Amino acid sequence: MSLIDSIPLPRSLRLPRVDGLVQWIVPLAIIAIWQVASVTGFVPVRVLPAPSDVALAGWKLLLSGELVRNIWVSFWRASIGFLIGGSIGFAFGLANGLSQLSAKLTDTTLQMVRNVPHLALIPLVILWFGIDESAKLFLVALGVFFPIYLNTLHGIRTVDPQLIEMGRIYGMTDGELFRRVIFPGALPSIFVGIRFALGIMWLTLIVAETIAASSGLGYMAMQAREFMLIDVVVLSILIYALLGKLADSASRVLERLTLSWHPAFQKR
Amino acid sequence: MQTALRTSLSETEFASRASFAPHARVVREERPMQISGLPLSIRGLRKSFGDNEVLRGIDLHIPAGQFVAIVGKSGCGKSTLLRLIAGLDKIDAGSISFGGDVQPEDIRVMFQEPRLLPWARVLANVEVGLGRDRASKDAHARAEKALTEVGLADKRDQWPSVLSGGQKQRVALGRALVSRPRVLAFDEPLGALDALTRISMQRLLERVWRDQGFTAILVTHDVAEAVALADRVLVIEEGRIAHDVTINVARPRQRGSAELAGLEGSILSHLLSADDRT
Ligand SMILES: Nc1ncnc2c1ncn2[C@@H]1O[C@H](COP(=O)(O)OP(=O)(O)OP(=O)(O)O)[C@@H](O)[C@H]1O
Ligand SMILES: [Mg+2]
Repeated sequence: MSLIDSIPLPRSLRLPRVDGLVQWIVPLAIIAIWQVASVTGFVPVRVLPAPSDVALAGWKLLLSGELVRNIWVSFWRASIGFLIGGSIGFAFGLANGLSQLSAKLTDTTLQMVRNVPHLALIPLVILWFGIDESAKLFLVALGVFFPIYLNTLHGIRTVDPQLIEMGRIYGMTDGELFRRVIFPGALPSIFVGIRFALGIMWLTLIVAETIAASSGLGYMAMQAREFMLIDVVVLSILIYALLGKLADSASRVLERLTLSWHPAFQKR
Repeated sequence: MQTALRTSLSETEFASRASFAPHARVVREERPMQISGLPLSIRGLRKSFGDNEVLRGIDLHIPAGQFVAIVGKSGCGKSTLLRLIAGLDKIDAGSISFGGDVQPEDIRVMFQEPRLLPWARVLANVEVGLGRDRASKDAHARAEKALTEVGLADKRDQWPSVLSGGQKQRVALGRALVSRPRVLAFDEPLGALDALTRISMQRLLERVWRDQGFTAILVTHDVAEAVALADRVLVIEEGRIAHDVTINVARPRQRGSAELAGLEGSILSHLLSADDRT
């Protein structure tokens, strides 16, 4: 997508577009060097297969339909887990940011749970759910919950009190105050939470899929390791990287659309 | 040019009171907003924060449409008084009445900070000022009119972050004016502006006040600004109104005239002598 964006029209050759191109120079250069190093035998193929071999492995898996199926399964787990954990975190963040009572009731508990690394729960989660879908969804949701909860809460608590007073003076109802002042004011912080959560989402999923799964990208990588298919292992890692980058770009686009008022997004 | 027109109108009004009554009626019909202000009566008003007795019995009557300036040294309770008048804080004792029923939209405050919503365009920020009428059909038109009054019609689709400090404060003024308030309270609205912007904002304030006839209460730390704009200057000391100075200078006033300078000097000496005593 960025590549298409970055095809420069003669008159619109401005900084952001050039940036779009620039960010791909380093990854492409690394791949080129890697290819050369493999072909010349500088890096043994058993340590790291050439990019062309990885691409070929990818092509074969694509034809067999296995690749698409595994990507789809991982993607599905990531999004559903993200939606569940994100919504709950957002809801708690709203509730605790807006209501003192709710904050008193739940915040301490949540802060305690936060200090348990969620991946440490994997053995327990396997005992509870076995290795079916709910185990992975649970872990992803749990991992995603905290960054979204904390940043939503922080965003709401740090909305300029002068603006809230202004809203009240001008007769906004509670609903209007939330819609016009509190939520837009908390949005930049919520986006920080989303970006963090996306990172945790992939990390959790990779770990969960390599340990306890019978499908998905992580499972594909583990299978390949057993059969010494190093090209497929590398392929899986690259796909994870691409998906992570994709999720991040999507959140940036969303951010740019909703925060166009923010001075930081007014580089036009 | 507008100012000149208005000046001649008000002079005619002055003259007509004595001689041509019919003419005076014509003038009033052209300016129906002239009587929109509300009178304000404050009796025995007290307010403390913990042990800190800030207001210790304020008695004050402001006739409808008067322009009152409040001065006093920092921390004497000017903002507190203004917030009580605007209904933003609870009164400890005493009363504030506006001589009749008031709607929330009748009383507006403008602060030193513009307090614009950064995520709403200029026009939408002005619409906020409509209060409960925000959803009405003519909301856009009314907001645009208010924006024109403060001279920012061309900025209606901008984000507040691209405006200058003075422009932001003008948007805030438009937002305060859009509901046609009958009492407008200003808490050092020009305090953060540079000298030139300040003078043009003072002119704007005076103009809208004369156009709309609301009762204006201006808290300021600039005595020159107080005597240039107000009909009456109140000096607050130790929680009470220590001096109540009427500024009987015809408008438009000549900035830096000897008359205003004399008044400014005497008010300043009140303030300074109070400072020496403490
Ligand atoms: N919400 C509050 N809680 C506690 N004390 C307050 C509060 N608001 C004001 N005060 C105190 O009341 C006194 C008067 O404050 P106020 O803001 O009215 O002063 P001011 O005359 O507006 O001063 P300035 O010219 O610096 O704006 C100060 O001593 C201040 O500390
Ligand atoms: Mg103050």
